[in-house]
Amino acid sequence: MELTGAQILLESLGREGVDVFFGFPGGAVIDIYHQIPNYPNLKHVLVRHEQGAIHMADGYARATGKVGVCLVTSGPGATNTVTGIATAYMDSIPVVIITGQVPTPLIGNDAFQEVDIVGITRPCTKHNYLVKDITKLAKTIKEAFFLARSGRPGPVLIDLPKDLQQKTCFYSYPKKIAMRSYNPHYDPNVKQVRKVAELLCRAKQPVIYAGGGVVGSGASDELTSLAQTYNVPVTATLMGLGCFPGDHPLWLGMLGMHGTYAANHSMAGADLILAVGARFDDRVTGKLSEFATKATMVHIDIDPTSIQKNVRVDVPIVAGCHEFLVALNAQLPEVAKAAAEKDEFVPKDKWLAQIAEWKSKHPLRYKPAVPGGFIKPQSVVEIIDKLTRGDCIIATEVGQNQMWAAQFFNYRKPRTLLTSGGLGTMGYGFPAAIGAQAAYPDKLVIDVAGDGSIQMCIQELATAVCYNLPVKIVILNNGYLGMVRQWQELFYEKNYCSTCLDVAPDFVKLAEAYGAAGFRVTDAKDLEATLKMAFQTPKPCIVDVVVDPEENVYPMVPAGKSITEMILV
Amino acid sequence: MRHILSVLVENEPGVLSRVSGLFSGRGFNIETLNVAPTLEEGVSIMTIITTGDEQIVEQIIKQLRKLVTVIKVVDLTEVKNVEREMLLIKVSAEDAKRAEILRIVDVFRCKVVDVGFDELTIEITGTQDKLQALLNLMQRFGIKEIARTGAVAMRRSMQ
Repeated sequence: MELTGAQILLESLGREGVDVFFGFPGGAVIDIYHQIPNYPNLKHVLVRHEQGAIHMADGYARATGKVGVCLVTSGPGATNTVTGIATAYMDSIPVVIITGQVPTPLIGNDAFQEVDIVGITRPCTKHNYLVKDITKLAKTIKEAFFLARSGRPGPVLIDLPKDLQQKTCFYSYPKKIAMRSYNPHYDPNVKQVRKVAELLCRAKQPVIYAGGGVVGSGASDELTSLAQTYNVPVTATLMGLGCFPGDHPLWLGMLGMHGTYAANHSMAGADLILAVGARFDDRVTGKLSEFATKATMVHIDIDPTSIQKNVRVDVPIVAGCHEFLVALNAQLPEVAKAAAEKDEFVPKDKWLAQIAEWKSKHPLRYKPAVPGGFIKPQSVVEIIDKLTRGDCIIATEVGQNQMWAAQFFNYRKPRTLLTSGGLGTMGYGFPAAIGAQAAYPDKLVIDVAGDGSIQMCIQELATAVCYNLPVKIVILNNGYLGMVRQWQELFYEKNYCSTCLDVAPDFVKLAEAYGAAGFRVTDAKDLEATLKMAFQTPKPCIVDVVVDPEENVYPMVPAGKSITEMILV
Repeated sequence: MRHILSVLVENEPGVLSRVSGLFSGRGFNIETLNVAPTLEEGVSIMTIITTGDEQIVEQIIKQLRKLVTVIKVVDLTEVKNVEREMLLIKVSAEDAKRAEILRIVDVFRCKVVDVGFDELTIEITGTQDKLQALLNLMQRFGIKEIARTGAVAMRRSMQ
């Protein structure tokens, strides 16, 4: 079948299972847009800014586990996606970005809307392509999707010059893919797995430290079953939240800079740490030389570069988290039995009792609001948890809102939290929520936002209204860039330079101006009812909650300190 | 410690930039880097000399392997290897100095590849130590210009 490049692209997207994609047209992609109406199974969501498109594709990918796709034009269209590409790259999210490019003969001439986007995105994509030969287009698309979703997932960019969109060639979509230079290794070494099983049976104080890899590889059930069967407490990174039920007795809470007392002290006291699909980020480890010094360290990661990068590892295992946990769960009964026969199986009761004490002495808490005083932002998240019982998807912006959403909501299932963990991209949450809502039109999708972050991609309200994607934005409005203000308060002599947002839009009117619904809450007694009403309103909503302007996120470990040196409430 | 990495890559546009960008982006050192085609069409070989402690070199190798266009990475420092680099050196050689320079060229078993009225261009191949020794000796005559290839290396047949 003879097709144009534009047709080949859209046809191939269909073959890769794409049902919805996000984009913004321009001169260098008109040929593709010209063909979109001929592919009714591919739903295109027109955004208002290309950054919105890439975050939506990312949010779609995180919520579904499928590859998210965005389509933008050359030059500024392409550069506007860079922040979102880096966001997806840092958090290992499978996204394919199609950028238009000026016609091949013009490349390198500083043509109108020309930019070397392949050069620009080289360090923040898993891989990228400039297609110069129409006969290689189908294969390139196949490879791009394969790369994006396999191994350690990540964003892959395809730069497609305008003349190639118009050229034709015979189309056949490759069924299989073989790349001699890329072979991700999923299956764990059997001996290493056995070693882990033995360590786990004999450990007195084990902890599972789970990361985004558990969510990404779909290994939550295996992890939960492992922890439950052998009584191993679980903590997770921001990216890992939801991989283990947040209401389970073995759940320690998130660890790290704003982690729980129990989680950080468990890491410090552990004699065995099972790091599964996590990468020992500086926000997790604090001062490296004092991090988990007593523990035998087992690290499972699909990406060999993550292992031994920051922390010495005693048992390195390059494998998929899912494959590893399946293998471990299979070996454990036999190993446990053998250990028990030799009287070497250590019950974890003492350790769990110690943890229970930490949990009850230092739970997550905050100073309750004084009567008639400001609403506490933490209570807003708690009420969302209470109203939804976890049956919703939470997206967050970045800063205090993100940390409170991480701390005070119990994520019970994987893929229910969409947050920019690695790059910390303000403006991520709302478009990501739209992406998730596009995938699940009937689910409740809530963006927990700050008054600062929400203004970074607020223009996407038009997109949400246009496609009736009824995302709920809950703004914890404290009138500050709260997290920076918190640092200024604690470490910079309260010099609140440029963190006070004294001029802000009226968010209720703003919502209404876009055709969405707006609510404002200033009194704690109205909070629950208003949130409930918003959640039941069948269109996009902003709930502007005026909260305590100088509330801080606690616990907090000052940057560079050991994770047990916590500032508590 | 100094390491010689032999990196087999897909010979396609941008591959050099991917590798060099990896080094600069992550703060790794490149002492020398040499790229050339291999016998196999579409495959090039890079020889990279880098320095760093064990943990850093381990990261460098893993990060290189992670690049989609990199086919294979070998740390030649771990095996017996033969390493060579070529240097062209243009040295001022007025009549009074010329005989002495030619004597040194003889001792080093290198050769003169270009002659001018008052300068000579010498080609030398060897280990970096040998090249450095010649450079040191030529210093006093006045070195006008040098160009060097960066090292290339191979695993020795008899290990």
